[in-house]
Amino acid sequence: MRADWPAIGILAVLAAAPFVGFGEGHMLTLLSRGMIFGIAAVSLALIVGGAGLVSLGHAAMLGFGAYAVVILDKAGVTQAHVVLPVAIAAGAGFALLTGVIAIRTAGVHFIMITLAFGQMAFFTAASLSAYGGDDGYTLYGRTEVFGTRFLENRLNFHFICLGALALTWLVCRLVLASRFGRVLRAARENDLRVQAVGFAPYGYRLAGYVIAGGLGGLAGFLLANSAEFVAPAYVSWQRSGELLFMVILGGLGGLHGAILGALAFIFLEEYLAHAVGEHWRMVFGPLLILSVLFLRGGLAGLPMSLRGLRRG
Amino acid sequence: MAEPLLDLRALRKAFGGLQVTDGVTLDVVPGEIHAIIGPNGAGKTTLINEITGRLSLDSGQVFFAGQDVTHLSMAARARRGLARSFQITSIIPGFSALENAALAVQARSGSSFRFFRPASSETLLNKPALEALEAVGLAHRAAVPAGALSHGEKRQLELAIAIATAPKLLLLDEPLAGSGPEETERLIGILRGLKSRYAILLVEHDMQAVFALADRISVLVYGRLIATGDVAAIREDAAVRAAYLGEDEAA
Repeated sequence: MRADWPAIGILAVLAAAPFVGFGEGHMLTLLSRGMIFGIAAVSLALIVGGAGLVSLGHAAMLGFGAYAVVILDKAGVTQAHVVLPVAIAAGAGFALLTGVIAIRTAGVHFIMITLAFGQMAFFTAASLSAYGGDDGYTLYGRTEVFGTRFLENRLNFHFICLGALALTWLVCRLVLASRFGRVLRAARENDLRVQAVGFAPYGYRLAGYVIAGGLGGLAGFLLANSAEFVAPAYVSWQRSGELLFMVILGGLGGLHGAILGALAFIFLEEYLAHAVGEHWRMVFGPLLILSVLFLRGGLAGLPMSLRGLRRG
Repeated sequence: MAEPLLDLRALRKAFGGLQVTDGVTLDVVPGEIHAIIGPNGAGKTTLINEITGRLSLDSGQVFFAGQDVTHLSMAARARRGLARSFQITSIIPGFSALENAALAVQARSGSSFRFFRPASSETLLNKPALEALEAVGLAHRAAVPAGALSHGEKRQLELAIAIATAPKLLLLDEPLAGSGPEETERLIGILRGLKSRYAILLVEHDMQAVFALADRISVLVYGRLIATGDVAAIREDAAVRAAYLGEDEAA
């Protein structure tokens, strides 16, 4: 489908990046970080753009995935075929438990209740003294893949992250176009109409929330492996806000916007920290505000906006 | 008379001190159009909301197709064949006209917890959806985003969505609301076409339309039914004339 080409293009560029001048270690680390947040942002875009559920607690899903890696690591379990499913289940499970209550609310109340659940997860993580508490937990090494240290290689890890991102995008893309996604999208636009034709939107929203939670867990698994370190900051509400910002920066028009938003956010953050120094947020903040003001369709809508400008 | 399809028994509902539905008892039998008329604020839309389950009742029972549905949710009643149109157009503006109808078809065509197959290519959904659009004369606009349709077309789409649920009974809340004379003509024609296929409970302000379409008419005033009868009987009813039709129309 035509609408899929931007996403496929972005994924292709990411695949080529290591071979066209972005193959150096630090850059690969940054790229994988961007892709991991891309996964998280796409999963968040599924519920924000698809279902109209604006969550301010999505970092908790990543946190559950990341802490699953940590807790299993401490218990001596470092095999990917165990750790990865557990991390995904942890994110999905937390989404299910909190979603059962949160999905009953809407609008501002939904934002506040997801924020509250997110903060509960944050303070829980900070109180886990066995896992470093506030200071976080340093992993001995990356998760092993069938006994090999496959993920230790930066280029391998790059392509694992890319594969996970592509899969996440594909899953969300298919889900949104499916029968299920149609009900979800319809309920976002007109809840009453959806009920009047015979659907109870609650179950659909909850299922969508759980899918997003599971994908968030996947991102958390990769994030823990990327940094080989996990701290409560991963779960903080500021992180949830950043994720939401990536989605909005990218534009809600399509899922590829979330990938663009995440990459732009991570690279801008890195670049400004170097270029401006200590007070880089003084520049970053206004830039974000300007982007929201002037990029109505987000980064994904940029080609359309430019075409509009040229026509006057 | 045939077994009633919809059977309302002594419905009561108050908003604070205001009795909006005051002991309403009426029925709709298969194949008829039963119209409800009444002045503004008589509680006509409230009654529709009570029948569909959008509002809960203080007392009374709603029987549909022989079963007590008083405590069922709106969605559950819709799945049993109770479809409604809204007085204020309620469509999915971002969906095409076809997809609006297809969503309604989907609600009665197996599980919608299907996650991977694209819904827009399912013939099982699109074919009945297109038939529903055809039934209201909107098939040629199937691909147009619903938000971009004209007012009259949106009213037609509103009907098409209700039809696409394959209902036993249509509850039509002022289907002619806001339509000009030409649109009204066309919509009356469409409603007449629907009459042979569905039982209809019609709430409408347009008296010409009501007198042209209805088999029976009930008159609702301040939440209370003051008369039920065929067109001729309602035209002649003194209480109805005093309450609603006005002296000039009686002349």
